[in-house]
Amino acid sequence: MSWKIWSLKKSPWVFHVNVGACNNCDIEIVNCLTPKFDIERFGMKLVGSPRHADALLVTGVGTRQAVVRLREVYRQTSKPCVVFIIGACACGTGIFHNGYHVAGPVDKVIKEVDPNAIIAYVPGCPPKPEAIISGVVKALSAI
Amino acid sequence: MKESIKKPVLAVGPFHPLQEEMEFFQLTVDGEIVTDIDVRISYNHRGIEKISETLQFDQVPYLVSRICGICSASHPLAYVQAVEEIAGITPPERALYVRTIINELERIHSHMLWVGLAGHFIGYDTVFMWAWKYREPVLDLLEEITGNRNNYGNVKIGGCREDVPNEIIGKMLKELDALEKKTDMLTKAVLDDPVLHARLKGVGILSYEDAVKYAVTGPTARGSGVAIDVRRDDPYAAYADLDWNVITQPEGDVFAKAVVRLLEVFESIKIIRQAAKKLPDGPIAVEVKEIPAGEAVGHTEAPRGETFHYVRSDGGNRPVRHKVRAPSFVNVPSFKASCIGEEIPDVTITLAAVDPCYSCTERLAVIDENNKIVHDYETLLKLSREKTAKMKKEML
Ligand code: SF4
Repeated sequence: MSWKIWSLKKSPWVFHVNVGACNNCDIEIVNCLTPKFDIERFGMKLVGSPRHADALLVTGVGTRQAVVRLREVYRQTSKPCVVFIIGACACGTGIFHNGYHVAGPVDKVIKEVDPNAIIAYVPGCPPKPEAIISGVVKALSAI
Repeated sequence: MKESIKKPVLAVGPFHPLQEEMEFFQLTVDGEIVTDIDVRISYNHRGIEKISETLQFDQVPYLVSRICGICSASHPLAYVQAVEEIAGITPPERALYVRTIINELERIHSHMLWVGLAGHFIGYDTVFMWAWKYREPVLDLLEEITGNRNNYGNVKIGGCREDVPNEIIGKMLKELDALEKKTDMLTKAVLDDPVLHARLKGVGILSYEDAVKYAVTGPTARGSGVAIDVRRDDPYAAYADLDWNVITQPEGDVFAKAVVRLLEVFESIKIIRQAAKKLPDGPIAVEVKEIPAGEAVGHTEAPRGETFHYVRSDGGNRPVRHKVRAPSFVNVPSFKASCIGEEIPDVTITLAAVDPCYSCTERLAVIDENNKIVHDYETLLKLSREKTAKMKKEML
């Protein structure tokens, strides 16, 4: 294991990217920070810039306007990074699959930029905070 | 000449730590003072109205509950009311009460969410943590009743999908008692805190006249002294049978909006208590055979204001037109009135004060490379006239 991966697994800082979500997935992510779940005690933290982030939490279908920005955000994230794809929308565009403004799913967009991206999926509509936390723990122990 | 001098523009967005959603603000600033604001939206446009036309009537509630996760009881209810009006269906009494309970639980958790975020935006994270902690039992209740913490999808045409079981009611009332005490504490803490007074009073004032002019709805309007509330003005579900007050505050600043939301939590608790007491026995849904041709509107009071759905049916099994107007669509333009003249640090909380929700507001305009909207009324007229002229020429 390279030292980069080793350091990635300790107290990951995450940047949250909404690319066309209905807000619920986002709220459940923020919910993880609040007293009931409180992931900050594990050193996880939401940061304000992708350049500080070890992981991206992507929610939403990936609308045409948003995927352009998502590619840019992925390029700006310091590598190696893990991309967590949260929610049914992000995993496979879900109920919006036949929308004319939907350019997702998100994993396709990320793989266009970097075919070797590390991607983890957390399905659910919205996934409960417990599911998000468990997804992050599983993904980090797998790499 | 003066116009040609470029003014500094502060760009905020589309991804920024302030709000979860993508939106893009351009603040024209003069020193610290904001002199103009431009809001660019549509990053979150998913084309829901069009998708809705491909779904069957009974599938659409699950789609519209995903317009916005926080209003996921109000949107389906507005849609269902429109369809029920077309088909002339009266849902059973118990369903109306269940709808009321779910909608008020949603209002409580949404208002708590806003109070927390507002605290976060002004750097007062204690309020954020408190409010979000108190909101958790409400989500647990919703999960117990409907099966999901958010996106309940609990209404269907002709009634409700899940009942509020009588066993849960005792527990629910107990939770509400506890919540009332905590909200009381939080409200007092907010109303007495000198820091919050200094930070929120007199900030981002939306006057009564401006509120009427911009036609804002919901707590944004009620915080400016405009007493409108769909629940009282055009009662739906069981609101007509229940006793509660419309909360208004005359000042129009951010503080007034915070007070309105906090006091509305108490009103919601009051409504749920009465509804739980009066909850009649009986079925929660009637059978729906077919939806005849026709058109109708349905509207409900979402936590952010009036949600409006228009549905047209041609007698088939899908809506031929479904139009949604969410409250943020009218609340967001009021930034023009409330933000200009404010300092940049105050703009953050003023933008947040209307509790904007962009996922329900997004519209689409097609723009060509010269930054011109391709089809507005004029260009369509021009195109139409050109075509006539062309055909005339061909005919000659
Ligand atoms: S997965 Fe569900 S909750 Fe998450 S953004 Fe999509 S519709 Fe909303």
